[in-house]
Amino acid sequence: MSEKILLRHEDVAGLRRLDKYVEDGGYATARRVLSELQPEQVIEEVKLSGLRGRGGAGFPTGMKWGFLPKDNPKPRYLLVNADESEPGTFKDRQIIEHNPHLLLESTLIAAFAIQSHKAYIYIRGEFAHGAKVLEEAVREAVAAGHLGSNIYGSGFDLDIVVHRGAGAYICGEETGLIESLEGKRAYPRVKPPFPAVYGVFGSPTIVNNVETLCCVRPIMERGPAWFKAIGPEKSPGPKLYCLSGHVERPGVFELPMGTSLREIIYEHGGGIRGGKKVKAVIPGGSSVPVLTADEIDINMDFDAVAAAGSLMGSCGIIVMDEDTCMVRALRIIARFYHHESCGQCTPCREGTGWLERLLIGLEDGGATERDLDLLLQVAENMMGNTVCVLADAAAMPTKSFVTKFRAEFEEHLRMGGCPQKLAAASAVRASA
Amino acid sequence: MPTLEIDGQQVTVPDGTNLIQAAAALGTEVPHYCYHPGLTVAGNCRMCLVEIEKMPKLQIACNTRATDGMVVRTKSDKVLRAREAVLEFLLVNHPVDCPICDQAGECKLQDYYMDHDRQESRVPLQSKVQKGKAIDIGPLIMLDQERCILCTRCTRFLDEVTGTGELGVFQRGDHCEIDVFPGIALDNPYSGNVADICPVGALTNKDFRFRARVWYLDTAPSVCPTCATGCNIDVHHRRNEIFRFRPRHNPDVNAYWMCDEGRLSYKRFQGEGRLLQPVKRARGAWQPIDWKQCRAEFAAALQDAEGPVAGIVSAQSTNEEIHLFRRLLESRPGGCIAGHSWSPPDASRDDFLIDADKNPNTAGLRALGLDPGSARALIERALKGEISVLLTYRTDLSRICNSEEMDRLGDKLQHVIVIDTHYGPSVEIADLVLPIAAFAETDGSFVNRSQRVQRLRRAIAPAGNSLEGWRLLGDLVAGEGTAAVEDASGVFDELAAGTAAFNGLSLDSLGGAGAPLSAAPAGRE
Ligand SMILES: Cc1cc2nc3c(=O)[nH]c(=O)nc-3n(C[C@H](O)[C@H](O)[C@H](O)COP(=O)(O)O)c2cc1C
Ligand code: SF4
Ligand code: SF4
Ligand code: FES
Repeated sequence: MSEKILLRHEDVAGLRRLDKYVEDGGYATARRVLSELQPEQVIEEVKLSGLRGRGGAGFPTGMKWGFLPKDNPKPRYLLVNADESEPGTFKDRQIIEHNPHLLLESTLIAAFAIQSHKAYIYIRGEFAHGAKVLEEAVREAVAAGHLGSNIYGSGFDLDIVVHRGAGAYICGEETGLIESLEGKRAYPRVKPPFPAVYGVFGSPTIVNNVETLCCVRPIMERGPAWFKAIGPEKSPGPKLYCLSGHVERPGVFELPMGTSLREIIYEHGGGIRGGKKVKAVIPGGSSVPVLTADEIDINMDFDAVAAAGSLMGSCGIIVMDEDTCMVRALRIIARFYHHESCGQCTPCREGTGWLERLLIGLEDGGATERDLDLLLQVAENMMGNTVCVLADAAAMPTKSFVTKFRAEFEEHLRMGGCPQKLAAASAVRASA
Repeated sequence: MPTLEIDGQQVTVPDGTNLIQAAAALGTEVPHYCYHPGLTVAGNCRMCLVEIEKMPKLQIACNTRATDGMVVRTKSDKVLRAREAVLEFLLVNHPVDCPICDQAGECKLQDYYMDHDRQESRVPLQSKVQKGKAIDIGPLIMLDQERCILCTRCTRFLDEVTGTGELGVFQRGDHCEIDVFPGIALDNPYSGNVADICPVGALTNKDFRFRARVWYLDTAPSVCPTCATGCNIDVHHRRNEIFRFRPRHNPDVNAYWMCDEGRLSYKRFQGEGRLLQPVKRARGAWQPIDWKQCRAEFAAALQDAEGPVAGIVSAQSTNEEIHLFRRLLESRPGGCIAGHSWSPPDASRDDFLIDADKNPNTAGLRALGLDPGSARALIERALKGEISVLLTYRTDLSRICNSEEMDRLGDKLQHVIVIDTHYGPSVEIADLVLPIAAFAETDGSFVNRSQRVQRLRRAIAPAGNSLEGWRLLGDLVAGEGTAAVEDASGVFDELAAGTAAFNGLSLDSLGGAGAPLSAAPAGRE
């Protein structure tokens, strides 16, 4: 697929500005949708397109919108999840900073579809530049009548508010986001009730990822059949792949859903840095099970990656070369989840820190014989029993790292620390 | 009304019942920490996980509504393993300083560990996260952050019940800690409740901590005597000493809570100012007498009366006392009686539990036909010399007349007889003083501001040589020619038979929760 949809700014310079975006055909789709279609028709088209959420779980977007209760008199809200904090994930940021009107136009169409008159873009606090770009874009769009009241004379009103987070990964979990937006500590909510029924300010609420929403304008512009024809039938559409780690050319690539992982790493990413061999790949952001070098011949779509025992997640592909210490890599992941657990649920609050401490023991020395199994048991005990899936997100990599690279963990145990570090230290001593 | 199966037993529960409550209806406890029936569901402790057929994952019982046909297992292997795991997680950073913790004996962490876990620690002590200990966060409350299991009951109480929000969770992950927001104290009229609902030793009551191991304490269900609300309480006592009041659940009165003023009021019934011994005034000096002498003096004083005998009874008294006191006076020709209910003009009050009427039984006084504002008229008659003998029952005359009037009363009256629990200004003009049992030393009943009759129970023995009011009055009435009363229940039955509002009630039928008066309170006869 040579034509870029989501990253169109890479083909068309200056797309960030409203005039350029409009010149490129922008807001024509929204105008047509608001003037000619009924909200249910939009939902129907999105259902037909087969669009699945790009925020992590791959949930069918049209179906999610359909969960909104028909008879609830409260206002509805659309929340755009721009909190993008999963390690290895940096795709939404590209759209926000370079193609903001695609997000606004798509948000407008989605808000029309679900009949919401207020949308919040909850943007990660660290994205200061992105927030500025979005705010400027909203100002432009309001001034030009693409947002505000009685848009295009259709009678439909929409305000978009850009809301900056203050720097916590958990604010990306949809109900943590809702609590944070309400001005509270971002404790994910127990479900039920689900946001579609009882969301922000107690009102029916839809939360969608930036990339998910940005598929909506193209779907309405070119039709659901066009969208569904890209990539596998059950998991279609253009997709942003975030490639990082030990590759020659890290970056965000827009390719069809279902592109092979090997192709992404070796063709688009230019292969492993320094001609080394690949050791492991995390395919969907730090939360998902790791794949070994033998497991990377898979297509990147929600179902295929799940069939391979991992998850597509947020599509943050982290590549590790043959020199990577898997204990250290896992320790870094564990530190992240320890730091980011909101601390609400017992297994997650206590388990994330415990995992990190066990891994510190393995890497720095001090671990005991039983610690490897303990690591697995702690991870097992954390899984499936918490309010949100952050606990699973810490446990899944732990289980897969320890199981798939057990020999390396055992070596750490035997040597009383990281063999690479010990070798380096003795080299320093020898030269002194 | 869904019918479901829990551990193989069928149970039918009202709509909206959660699985903790549904299991409780079968006598099964689903262990839980964060769930509290008086607060919103937080679902954070993960202790209440249960298995539900057709659901792949364990579900939290506290946030799962019972539905028809649901099949629930609370003791399957999967559930027991999850419980063990949660308990192990709770102890990962716990200091395990139980021997010096005042919560021991009423700590849910200790209890559930013994019931559901009992495994050896797999966490080295030195690796634990350290937090603050013995932090003074308010007039009544001490905080130990290390013992806290972060169930957020306390923060939810302060957000949802008092709306004062003094406490919050700070930091993240296993560094999370409960603390007061900067620059403020946990100081509101209901602060003591947080220590009650804290399932562990993280929040303790400064007034109680280290005074007694809880397993040595006995409990008597009763009703707070501090205001007209009549919050249901448990009196915790040992060897004739009260150690604390704790709220007892009553959905119609106080839910799960009580105010700090009421909570600390137990102190005024013990020690200081109590009348312990019958005394008579002989040639200007007090002379201790025994009860036999006292009764003789009492009879003589009434015999002696040249004119009418009058009595004032206050709303501090129980229904039984009011009833017998009235009988005592009304059995005498020309005897008359007035009621009295006094509260300080600046009395604390709010729109939750605290009532400005600081008397526990103003409504009872009224229901028994006495106007709580009628004492002044009676005093005026006395000042005019129309009364010869005045009996005061739990009544402070200085709240009805000024000190000059008090002196004149002393001069005008032939006799002033004081029946009371504490020393007070009335005693100064008395010539006979009869000491009676204070709150928690006597059985009886009060009627609260919502016309609910509630039962008090004797927890400890009457102080010194004092007698329970109903017993003393029963004797004095019998002295007038009727049979002696056996117990407070008998007195209640008698008053219930003779007073429309109480018809059909008995102390036993009140149960733990009390019962509404059966008719509108009768007017003054
Ligand atoms: C711990 C955690 C962090 C998350 N962070 C994000 C995030 O940064 N951005 C995002 O879009 N979704 C994130 N999600 C997923 C959201 O909860 C939610 O599923 C998503 O926003 C739904 O959008 P979609 O249906 O368009 O995928 C996170 C989930 C969890 C459990
Ligand atoms: S699983 Fe972890 S991050 Fe998620 S709500 Fe529970 S404690 Fe918070
Ligand atoms: S202090 Fe007590 S009530 Fe408050 S969160 Fe901790 S354990 Fe729960
Ligand atoms: S009691 Fe249900 S999760 Fe805490």
